[in-house]
Formats: sequence, structure tokens, C-alpha cells
Amino acid sequence: MNDVLQLFSQYDIPGAFLVNIELTLWSALFSMILGIVLVVMRISPVSSLRTVSAAYVALFQNLPLTIIMVFMVLGAFAQLKLSFSNQFDVNFFWLAVVGLTLYTAAFVCESLRSGINTVPLGQAEAARALGLSFSESAFQIILPQAFRGSVAPLGNTFIALLKNSTVAAAASVATESSSLMSEMIEYHANSIVAIFFIFAMGYVILILPIGALTTFLSNKLAVRR
Amino acid sequence: MKEESVSSTHSGSEPRKDSLSNKLLVELSHVEKHYGRLHVLKDINLQVHQGEVLVVVGPSGSGKSTMCRTINRLESIDSGVIRIDGQLLPEEGKDLARLRAEVGMVFQSFNLFANKTILENVTLAPIKVRHMDKKEAEDLAMDLLTRVGVQSQASKMPSQLSGGQQQRVAIARALAMKPKIMLFDEPTSALDPEMVNEVLDVMIELAQEGMTMICVTHEMGFARKAADRITFMADGRILEEGKPDEFFDHPKSERAREFLSKILTH
Repeated sequence: MNDVLQLFSQYDIPGAFLVNIELTLWSALFSMILGIVLVVMRISPVSSLRTVSAAYVALFQNLPLTIIMVFMVLGAFAQLKLSFSNQFDVNFFWLAVVGLTLYTAAFVCESLRSGINTVPLGQAEAARALGLSFSESAFQIILPQAFRGSVAPLGNTFIALLKNSTVAAAASVATESSSLMSEMIEYHANSIVAIFFIFAMGYVILILPIGALTTFLSNKLAVRR
Repeated sequence: MKEESVSSTHSGSEPRKDSLSNKLLVELSHVEKHYGRLHVLKDINLQVHQGEVLVVVGPSGSGKSTMCRTINRLESIDSGVIRIDGQLLPEEGKDLARLRAEVGMVFQSFNLFANKTILENVTLAPIKVRHMDKKEAEDLAMDLLTRVGVQSQASKMPSQLSGGQQQRVAIARALAMKPKIMLFDEPTSALDPEMVNEVLDVMIELAQEGMTMICVTHEMGFARKAADRITFMADGRILEEGKPDEFFDHPKSERAREFLSKILTH
């Protein structure tokens, strides 16, 4: 226990977790937006849009996240000169957000699509029969119901995102928790159990409320038919 | 306060025959459709004039619903021509949406929007498609809901209503677009028996007011009472057309005689 307290006084552990939370929140926001765009393309009447969306999902769902993250640094930044800021930390933070977003959006799209499959076909038919356009039916009728049906898979996607945010270490975000853990292990090899314990509990504490919220929302928002 | 009377708000309608004109509103000619190897519509030719009430009857799987759904292109067709009010039915996009707005549709399974209140269900299309302002659309919706007898349910969600009430709301939703023609695809088939009449009453009232209607139904009482013309379909073909009395009392085809003997003997 003394080990734990000492480690806390020596390192900014909550600060490291805060970096992961920030990575997660930004990536969740952007991947939600990109995921909605992808799923709308996926159900659109234009076949080329459907193909692009399906190809995107197939690609990013099957790429290991580490490869995407390494590409963001070595490919997008070093070769393609994609840069968000002159400040080293800030730049790599946003590169990591982009990597996480590209990856998570594929899963958001699939979560939403599973939600869309819970919406009876008759809802879309009724909307079309009234003369609503594709986008009006999608945003007024189909997506609002699909969201409610996809709360549980979306929750899982965001839980995975929070844990995946540790892969940002591969994109040189040195301040996040798994980087700090490596650093601590390097200097305190004798307290290795305590260090593991701290980080394991940290994630459990962060993720439990997400799971609880997901369960609560999926019950509360369920579409009554 | 659960049930309001359906017809209490109805104040005298003109005799409907006055509104029967010769204007051709719906025309199907040589329409063919296949589902894979199944030939579901075979050389369908159909004409419906303004103010006319056409009731389509026939055994299950005869293609009645499919035909009804081709008229606003919820089902595509393989060949043939469909015209609504003289206009060729467009294949896709904005033109199709515009044309669908002119054709009201009532489904077997109601299909009220589950994420909208009753009032919103009725106002959505007038606001989005007709660009009516919200207040005006709500007034119109309340008028229509009153007409079908569910005005007190306006702020509820569809799942809180009975099947019969939901179907009456669905009719009001379609009417809010002021359609030229209404399609009814087995509107009472999913209802508990005690709720069938409340929906049929609304439909009869509409028919008497001169609405042009195509109704696919198994309700023979309704067919006899409200129809100007009966179309009998079997195996994807229109086998017989005629006035209700003619059709029910003296069916011409063997297939129709067989069908009627099965349903009318009980």
C-alpha cells in the first residue's frame, strides 16, 4: 500500500488517465460523426456510396489499430507532412485522435447498422409513401430509432475505444497512461505488482460507469412498438 | 374517454356519385412483375377514375398487395406502364417523391412512426414535404384526427394506442398530404375483430366524400357497401371486374365462384 501511495506522489497518474479520457472523448465525437456519415452512405440508394462505405468498413475493421497509429506518425506525419501543430505533444495528440477516429468509425458504422436492422421496413416504406426524401426519412425516422437500438453495441464500441486509447503510445503520445506505466516499471521494477494494480483498477473504475450508463440508456430509450 | 365515436364529427356528405367524373387518375397497362422465378403480376391492366372506389379482392398470394404497392412504386415493375393523373410514374429520386406525396397509402401494419407522437406523425410530411408552417400543419392535423375520432390521443406515442386507433391515425396521416388518391393495403387484416368496424367506418365516410380509393381487402361487407367496382385477382392475373352486386351475385369466372363460395358460406 505504501508503494501505491508513493507512486501516486511521485507521478501524475490521474493526469495520465486524463490524457486517455481526452483522447477518447475527441475520438468518440469524431468517430460518431464519421460513423453516421458512413452508415447513411451504406443505406443510401446510390450504389457507389454504398460500395465506398462497405469498403471503408472492411478495411478499417480489419486493420490492427497499432498499424494505423504507426502510419499516422510515420506515414501521415513524417511522409505526407500532415501536421496539426508545431508543438510536439499537441501534434501527436491530434494524430492519435485521427487514427483512433478512422478506426473506431468503422465500428460505430457497424453498430448503427445493427440498430438500423432493428427498425421495421414498414417505417421506411411509410416515410417514402408520404413523399419524404431519402435524407428526410433517414434523419427523421430511421436513424433516431436506430440509435435507440444500437445503444448497447455503441457502448461496447466506446469501451473498446477507451482501452484502445492506450495504443496512442504507438503514435508517440508519451503522456498517456500506458506510456506512464512503462516508464514507472522501468524505474520501480520492485513495485511492479502495485503498478499493474493501479492501472488495472484505473481502467475498471473508468469503464464501469460507461457499462452502467449503456444498460440504463438502452432500457430507457428502447423503442416501444 | 377511451373511444370517441367515429362518425360523431361527420356532418353530412354530398352524395358521392356527383363527384364521379371521367378523369382517369390511375392507369396500369401491361404491368408485369417477377420475384425471381415467381411470376407475381401477369399483364395487369387497370383504370381508376376520379372519385371511384375500387376494391381488389382475391385469394392470398394472388398479387393484390403487390399490385397496390406498385402504384406508388414501393414495388418496382419489370415491364408495362403506370400513370398517375396522366403522369408516367418516375423511377427514382425527387420526381418519385413528389408523386408519392400525391398518393396516400395505408398499410396492413399501420407503420406509424414509432419515434414520433400521434400529432407529429400527421404533421411531419406536410411540414417537410409541403413546407407548411408548424402551426398550420398542427391545425390541419387536429382537424383530421378529430375527423377519425382520435383527437384526444394527439400527444401520445403510437404504441399507447389500440390497433384500430393506430390505423385511423395512419389514415389521417395520409390525408394530411391531401392526396389525389388513397391506397389501402389490407388495412383491417392486422386488427382485432372488434376494431375492424371503426376503421371501415372511416373508409366508408371517405368514399362517400368522393375520395378516389383503391382498397385491397378481405372485408366483403365493406366491398359490397362502398365499392363502385370490384376487381378479382388470382394467380397474378385480373380475372374479373364488375359492379359489386354483379360480382357477388353472379360471378362470371369459375375461380371467382370458387373463391366466393369459400368465404361467403360462413
